[in-house]
Amino acid sequence: MADYKDVWIYVEHKEGAFTPMSYELFGIGQKLAADLGANLCALVIAENTDELAKEAGYYGASKVYAVDGAPFKTFRPDAYAKAATTVMDKYKPDVVLYRATSQGADLSSACAATLETGMASDAIGLEIDASKTVKVTRAAFGGNFLVGVVNTKAKPQIATVRPKVFPMAERDSSKQAEVAKEAVEVAEGDLRTTVLQFIKSEVAVNLVEADIIVSGGRGMGKPEGFKVLRELANTLGGALGASRAAVDSGWIPQEHQVGQTGKTVKPKIYIACGISGAIQHLAGMRTSDYIVAINKDAEAPIFKIASYGIVGDYNQVVPKLIEEFKKRLSG
Amino acid sequence: MKIVVCMKQVPDTEAEVKWDLQKGTLKREDMDAITNPFDEFALEEALLTKEKYDAEIVAVSMGPQKATDVLRNALALTVNEVHHVSDPALAGSDTLGTSYALAKAIEKIGDVDLVLCGKQATDGNTGVVASELAVRLGYSQLTFVGKIVEIDAANKKIKVERNIEGGIEVVEAKLPAVVSVLKGINEPRLPNLMGIRKAAKVQIPVWDTNEIGAAKEKVGAEGAAIKVIELTTPPPRSGGEMLSGDVEEVSCLLVEKLLGLKVIK
Repeated sequence: MADYKDVWIYVEHKEGAFTPMSYELFGIGQKLAADLGANLCALVIAENTDELAKEAGYYGASKVYAVDGAPFKTFRPDAYAKAATTVMDKYKPDVVLYRATSQGADLSSACAATLETGMASDAIGLEIDASKTVKVTRAAFGGNFLVGVVNTKAKPQIATVRPKVFPMAERDSSKQAEVAKEAVEVAEGDLRTTVLQFIKSEVAVNLVEADIIVSGGRGMGKPEGFKVLRELANTLGGALGASRAAVDSGWIPQEHQVGQTGKTVKPKIYIACGISGAIQHLAGMRTSDYIVAINKDAEAPIFKIASYGIVGDYNQVVPKLIEEFKKRLSG
Repeated sequence: MKIVVCMKQVPDTEAEVKWDLQKGTLKREDMDAITNPFDEFALEEALLTKEKYDAEIVAVSMGPQKATDVLRNALALTVNEVHHVSDPALAGSDTLGTSYALAKAIEKIGDVDLVLCGKQATDGNTGVVASELAVRLGYSQLTFVGKIVEIDAANKKIKVERNIEGGIEVVEAKLPAVVSVLKGINEPRLPNLMGIRKAAKVQIPVWDTNEIGAAKEKVGAEGAAIKVIELTTPPPRSGGEMLSGDVEEVSCLLVEKLLGLKVIK
């Protein structure tokens, strides 16, 4: 397996530009490449890759493998997997990183199955060990355990990377990447999926990317409780979250759920209102930078992990917070 | 139409997790177990599809002896057939081995139009097997599905809504397809007493690696590419400061502290 070399990152794009958090992949990719003494290479698949390839150079890729053509206008797992595996088969990367998004998960799994290699999803730690193998740290049981895994059996070593864990790379427009254009033929008739439409969400619930999350639980007591939480979230430019208890009570749609059967989030500030702090909820938010707990029950376990705790009724505290924030933020 | 539902038994999300630190695997036999919560949505979606379009449902579970509980639950909900894929050689499989063995079992079932899976399992949290299964079988790969809009079995077509970042993607795909469903796609029903009684009497056939035609060296701990080398618990997070005073005081104090973090703009 000695002929496998370099660290590759698969870079997602939307409307002609990289998605904002892709820059984190350049950051961790550069570090792994440096530790291995290897090159950082970017894999870009798009209808037109010219601008994206240039941009990948600015963010530190020394080489860009670019596959373009009409079949790659929007992401489709079969078309993109064919392009990715064809190029990977030819150049044999040692490590390939993707983001842990819907697209990253689809493509990385398809590549791993096609190339018969291992797949470590949702990495929160990536290190090179003494034998030049990538050790991936990932969360199991929704974050209550950390598991270190390696793939010493097959190449490439594939992982998806959790958003907001690694720092972004800096842009330097004096840097340039060598671009290798790779032609991959994909016949429309061979493809199994067609994207008919994309319906943009009007109230996009982007919990994973939010810096501030205001979340409510069983202690809300009623659906109306979320109105005031939403107002606080809007005041702070944050997103609205919920515990499973609140979702299962039908007070708020499931896409807001944080926890083991919901989303795993890592905001800078997480404000938990009326959430007792069951282990399944903590699993989804315990790595937030700062946690604020507001709960009537002074014994609620959430206070054990909260950076700031207030024993009180959210009905009284939250409106006061909104008023105070509005005053301070407008001035 | 023939639907296969893949179901996994996982440790009860409320139960204490027990690890075999030597092998880096779970001591599944020593823990209370439940059906993976996400797979209950897959099973319900199969039942709803059967009601709407008429179909035959086959439930498959890979796991140790105890995993038959999952299949018995499925039987109580009136699936037509169940298969328990079980073999000591399968213990310690990673996603590569699991998707390989399940693909072999699905090929053995034969003439399958639709494979339904949960989005991920609550133990390993990988969410990889459904996609790998699709690639191995050569089926359409449809993940993060929040709604099955339409199935046209005669013309081998399926239309689904995928809930992805920023919105909903409407996708049409060829059948057969592997569809992994999200929580909230439906409300799983509970079995009734008669169903449970009937299911208790059924002999559940076991398919070992020979039966499904899986090469032993490609599954289990031996076939796994991903190996667990380290198990830790996250560093404990200690509590911080309790703010005290009346509502006015604590609110002002908290606003002061949070603005001091320079995160809120």
